[in-house]
Amino acid sequence: MRFIFKTTYDRDIDLFEDNWNRIKIALLIVVMALLPFTASEYYLAEATNTLIWALAGMGLMLLVGHSGQVSLGHAAFLAIGAYANVALMNVGVPFVPAFIAAGIITGVFGAVIAIPAIRMSGIYLAIATLALFVIVEEIVILAEPITGGIGGIFAPEITILGVSFERYAALPNFYWLCLTTVVLVTIGYANLLRSPTGRAFLAVRDSEVSARALGINVARTKTLAFGLSCAVTGLAGALMGHALSFINYEAFSIFISINLLLVVTIGGLGFIQGAFLGAILITGLPQLLSILRDVSGVDTSAFPGFETLIFAAILLIFIIYEPMGLYGRWLKTRTFFDLFPLCRRDMFRRQKSYLKTERMR
Amino acid sequence: MAGTETSLLTVTDLSISFGGLKAVDGISFDVEPGEVFTIVGPNGAGKSTIFNLISRFYQPSSGRIVFEGRDITGLSAHQIAPLGIARTFQNIELFDHSTVLSNLLMGRHAHRRTSWVEDMLFLPRVRAEERAHRRRVEEVIEFLELEAYRTKLIAGLPYGVRKVVEIARALATGPKLLLLDEPASGLSVEESQDVAFWIEDMKKDMGLTILMVEHDMNLVAQVSDRVLAVANGRPLAQGSSAEVQSHPAVIEAYLGTSATSKVPA
Repeated sequence: MRFIFKTTYDRDIDLFEDNWNRIKIALLIVVMALLPFTASEYYLAEATNTLIWALAGMGLMLLVGHSGQVSLGHAAFLAIGAYANVALMNVGVPFVPAFIAAGIITGVFGAVIAIPAIRMSGIYLAIATLALFVIVEEIVILAEPITGGIGGIFAPEITILGVSFERYAALPNFYWLCLTTVVLVTIGYANLLRSPTGRAFLAVRDSEVSARALGINVARTKTLAFGLSCAVTGLAGALMGHALSFINYEAFSIFISINLLLVVTIGGLGFIQGAFLGAILITGLPQLLSILRDVSGVDTSAFPGFETLIFAAILLIFIIYEPMGLYGRWLKTRTFFDLFPLCRRDMFRRQKSYLKTERMR
Repeated sequence: MAGTETSLLTVTDLSISFGGLKAVDGISFDVEPGEVFTIVGPNGAGKSTIFNLISRFYQPSSGRIVFEGRDITGLSAHQIAPLGIARTFQNIELFDHSTVLSNLLMGRHAHRRTSWVEDMLFLPRVRAEERAHRRRVEEVIEFLELEAYRTKLIAGLPYGVRKVVEIARALATGPKLLLLDEPASGLSVEESQDVAFWIEDMKKDMGLTILMVEHDMNLVAQVSDRVLAVANGRPLAQGSSAEVQSHPAVIEAYLGTSATSKVPA
């Protein structure tokens, strides 16, 4: 077992607790950056898809995992990001400013939505965001000059400083674009979590009453969480639009919202790593199933809904047996080997606390 | 009894009713700087409601709350902590899924000077602030002897420790006035002795003013400078702990009318 001996407060403030962690993350980024040289076009496209899902997952994780608000309407924010990006590029804005603006527009939209939405919580908020999704879907169909209506719209080609970042023509470039975005957002996210803003999110999630007593403006904090979550989701939406290269209202269906919720719950609520693990599972599972299909020779396409069944079963298994998600499972496994043979079964068991102040509203 | 110019907290004629029930009905008192002022009373007397009124969770139907000469009756709950008023909760309201350390750091929120943009970029200023917060939090940890629990999650801690963390988090806000809502409830005799010593130390060494609600009369007698007894939202008696405990109206409220004649004053 490694024991980290800390001599300054900076060791606790730093993003990585020691050099070993720094090296591991650096290695991961290098391997990811070198992927276009080793992986085939098919797997590179899959990796790009996973990165985009991880980005969208981080957006939802910030809201659900860290500030404790549920959203069933995040596909709407993906759509807003995608359409804002495409619309800006179609009027001649270069990709980079259009991409950043798409994030900001979606973020501001989310923050405005949050003003009425934060008065709700739990199931009511879920229904409200679901209703929002339906409204946005209708607007997408009605706003034909911008979105192409039911017919849809093609994403313009991405060029940055004359170099093509097109999804098909220059896939490695597009992959690196996604990777860079994901790395930057992850750093910003991790920074937030180690600073007062991130602690305020956690405080609001765990006890609004205490948060207020400590001087945290709950409404402002929730609005900020909503806005930031939507901004990140908007960025993911913009990239998703380019990855699909053709988008219409069906591209961002309610199933995307549900899949995003699966990403954060199966990945592990409250961990950035969870968004990545969840994205790998959600994007990798259909591939795994099709590989199994080829290997086993059983044609599952004869059973419509088979994949959905597998997804649902996995979700149920996780909710019942591993509420902390994939990342929680990883933490438990690591602790088991770290402490071997001293790990106890109930080390991670949640202690129920039945004493809670009657909510003051 | 309108407070004098020097009072830290002056509460005048405070009332609130829930539906037809007058939970607090015309309570007035003032807390002088550096004293321990305790509110006692039977269950449902309105003690915690007074706390919730002062920390602005409830809006009084009438009355005024003045802190350091400033009327705080119209402020929101989140504007109270930056003024220097911190509170604990009777039924422990900690952030269960965070460590003791980050719970205490959340207590420093009222002192944050950085915006979320700076936080996201983690500018050098943010790091400097974090160090300063941590230094303050470590002082609190040392004072309340929480070193062993620093990195433990709240969810796994025993009740007694949580109770102390609750006080620690309030102290981390750097208050002038500390509201303790039943700090000794559910604690063992030794643990409530510790709480008594800490209250004395907070008063003498840190110069804090403490407003406390407590049932444990031993603790009340040990630490309180002045005691206010309330029942059914009305004030019964005010004075030293011994005076209040022997006051006929207080005995009547606790034991019933016929008891008055049998208990020697």
